[in-house]
Amino acid sequence: MHLTRHRLEVADLLAEVQSVERGGTCVFLGTVRNDAGVTGIDYSAYEAMAVEEIERILAEAHERWPDARVVLQHRLGLIPVGEASIAIAAAAPHRAEAFAACRHVIEEVKRRLPIWKKEYRIDGTTAWVDPSGRPVAHGP
Amino acid sequence: MGKVSVRFFARYAELAGCSLSAVNVQTPATVADVISRVREVFPGTQALPPRPLAALNQRQVKLDATVNEGDEVALLPPLSGG
Repeated sequence: MHLTRHRLEVADLLAEVQSVERGGTCVFLGTVRNDAGVTGIDYSAYEAMAVEEIERILAEAHERWPDARVVLQHRLGLIPVGEASIAIAAAAPHRAEAFAACRHVIEEVKRRLPIWKKEYRIDGTTAWVDPSGRPVAHGP
Repeated sequence: MGKVSVRFFARYAELAGCSLSAVNVQTPATVADVISRVREVFPGTQALPPRPLAALNQRQVKLDATVNEGDEVALLPPLSGG
């Protein structure tokens, strides 16, 4: 379940990656930030392609760090400020591979996942966000 | 002529006025040919950038990729996941 409309549960991801052979575990959480006037962000996706792309990204990470185990979940729908939109957990025999695999996966997610953000503002307006963080269109 | 499915997402779906449709093009075509046809059929999409991101059958491709009848072309606004 790479995509969900529910709150992300880090403990569930940790349970999937941790084992007695893997001495280093790291977690990345992406959280909705309180940029000026923002109350939440609505995440939408090309879901079928996003799932395929996540599987390709995780398979590539597995090829590069065969002893590491990495899982990720991306949340969709309206997410309030302070809650996580993405969680990645990576565990490996040693910390270097865990950090490297986790970092690689979040960077590829940012570059490749067909997912879009619409900001909801306190004044009732909304705006699509482009990757540089600049709003591109306003609506009621 | 062949029928090609077209998907629009996020802001592009607002511009097109729909999220899923189809256009007829002379196949084999390129993704760029499909986009040209889309601009004619959905006037709101004339506001799309000259070279939008596109996926063919759920994989990102360049605009010169070959499209056959029954394929699906998706037009993707700048990606902002994570």
